[in-house]
Amino acid sequence: MLNLYDYIFYFFAIVILGSSFVVVFSRNIVHSAFALLFTFFGVAGFYVLLSADFLAITQLLVYVGGILVLLLFGVMLTNNIVNVEIKSGTMQTLPASLIAALIAGLLCGIFYVSNWYLVPTTPELLNNTTAVAIGYAFITTWILPFEVASVVLLVAMIGAVIIARREKAPEVE
Amino acid sequence: MEPYIPIFLMLVISTALAIILLKLQQSLGPKNPNKEKLSTYESGMEPIRSAHERFSIKYYMVAVLFILFDIEVIFFYPWAVNFKMLGLFGFVEMLVFIGILFIGYFYVLHKGALKWD
Amino acid sequence: MNLILEPIVKILIVLFINLTLVSYLVLIERKVSAYIQNRIGPNRVGPWGLLQSVADVVKLFFKEDIVPKDANKFIHSLAPVISVVVAFSTFAVIPFGNKITLYGNEYNLVIADVNVGVLVILALTSLGVYGITLSGWSSNNKYSLLGGLRSSAQMISYELSMGISLIGILLMTQSMRLTQIVAEQGGYIFGFIPNWNIFLQPIGFIIFLVSTFAETNRLPFDLPEAEEELVGGYHTEYSGMKFGLFFLAEYASMITASAFIVTLFLGGWQAPFIEYFNFSPFVISLLQLSAFAIKVLFVLLFFILIRWTIPRFRYDQLMNIGWKVMLPLSLLNLIVTAFLILINIL
Repeated sequence: MLNLYDYIFYFFAIVILGSSFVVVFSRNIVHSAFALLFTFFGVAGFYVLLSADFLAITQLLVYVGGILVLLLFGVMLTNNIVNVEIKSGTMQTLPASLIAALIAGLLCGIFYVSNWYLVPTTPELLNNTTAVAIGYAFITTWILPFEVASVVLLVAMIGAVIIARREKAPEVE
Repeated sequence: MEPYIPIFLMLVISTALAIILLKLQQSLGPKNPNKEKLSTYESGMEPIRSAHERFSIKYYMVAVLFILFDIEVIFFYPWAVNFKMLGLFGFVEMLVFIGILFIGYFYVLHKGALKWD
Repeated sequence: MNLILEPIVKILIVLFINLTLVSYLVLIERKVSAYIQNRIGPNRVGPWGLLQSVADVVKLFFKEDIVPKDANKFIHSLAPVISVVVAFSTFAVIPFGNKITLYGNEYNLVIADVNVGVLVILALTSLGVYGITLSGWSSNNKYSLLGGLRSSAQMISYELSMGISLIGILLMTQSMRLTQIVAEQGGYIFGFIPNWNIFLQPIGFIIFLVSTFAETNRLPFDLPEAEEELVGGYHTEYSGMKFGLFFLAEYASMITASAFIVTLFLGGWQAPFIEYFNFSPFVISLLQLSAFAIKVLFVLLFFILIRWTIPRFRYDQLMNIGWKVMLPLSLLNLIVTAFLILINIL
């Protein structure tokens, strides 16, 4: 018997699969980038379904609000939009399908072997955001990775500036 | 999960509203297309070349920097809602985090990546 | 079924009010601009031009929908829909009143009371970029493309300072639930000033207000459609209801933004000094609802007044303000607020 959650799950699953199909097979790369919007949105929906509210919002803010905008800019920067030959000349059908099957099998194996821990939905769980627990874990248990994250971001920032401004002399303001 | 269902409904209903408005207009409005009408207006002149030209890398740069800063901002939120519990330790911890962010920020400024000329 | 039906009723009511408000907001804007410029403004349709909005909407329905032949048809039609959806759906998490009791049932006056409400709004507004960028790109018009690009760069730049300026409030309330944030704004500072966040977070408020102007593409930040430079900006190639939807989205996002400002900084539905009178709970609920409405209208009027009094920024000025003034200032505000909370002043 399907309940409401199952319907929501299948709805998002269809959104994700359908849009990622467009991402991969569309002839127009702007359509591809645009379809990716719905893929990201569907993944956010999954997170919400799992009561991972903060993760869902982060998915929207970073992937949809940031990375996809960057992708769109990148796509719009190119001159050839329609009928882009994304395929490379060499078709490695056999190895590719082998690897895909292997990964799929591995994932299915993990899925069946894993001891899924079911969290009972309590009113407290629904009312409290996961953000509090995440923040607490950041500052206490995972403090080093947290600070390392800022260093990684710093490196990325410097890298971006260097790549974009390679030819110009540094200007002091 | 339950609290999010209305948001989802809101998205669905407002999409439906927008599409109904569009369809209603398309069925009510006249349709007399001609060649001149369907050409790109742009600024009233005949458009020269396609509009899909290359544009300044700076827009791209802004987007890259936005993503990096956005991730840092996202880290602030879980910290902020815990602040009173974490006290001084959390404060110092976040000062270090913001400090590292500021190094990057000043580097970006110094290199003139945010300069619009 | 209550899980679905109750929100749907609320959504329909909210959408109806928003749509009506949008059409009259356009009229108010035209009237205010007329008085500022010493004109009379629309006065032919109905008394004082009150039916002008109706006439405008009806006119939009009977216009021809022209899609330029070089445009990307699918994305060209989808872009205005995205804009409208984003503008309206943000309202879902904004509490427009406290609880109200009708026929013995208690209803929360918010469509979705989620525990990360603040972030939901930020996430949904960040989707607003797509409508504008994609419309600019799909029109196959150089000015539209430039308008779309400018606006996305502008919106993402100001989103940062907007996001950071909020954190001061989160530090004080320790919650991202909007109903909680509003509830905390009851009471008084020194016994007579309402305990609104605008008084506790003045710098945060100013940063947030300016960022909101930039996010909603209103003057002085309306560079995406700067008429003198970009013809009409991203919607140059739009006509009929598609243009109407962009128009709708612009004003709807203005309403949502005002409601967000009111919720975060101006006490939401809190009506100060109401507890000194002996009103029945139902009257109090109604008064709180109208307090919210009045505050939103006040902020909207402020939006309109600013539009007709301040000239437009240049694009480099705009980006400089966003990245070199607002961003460091909001971070500074964050640190100072945290410090003040730490030493128990706030």
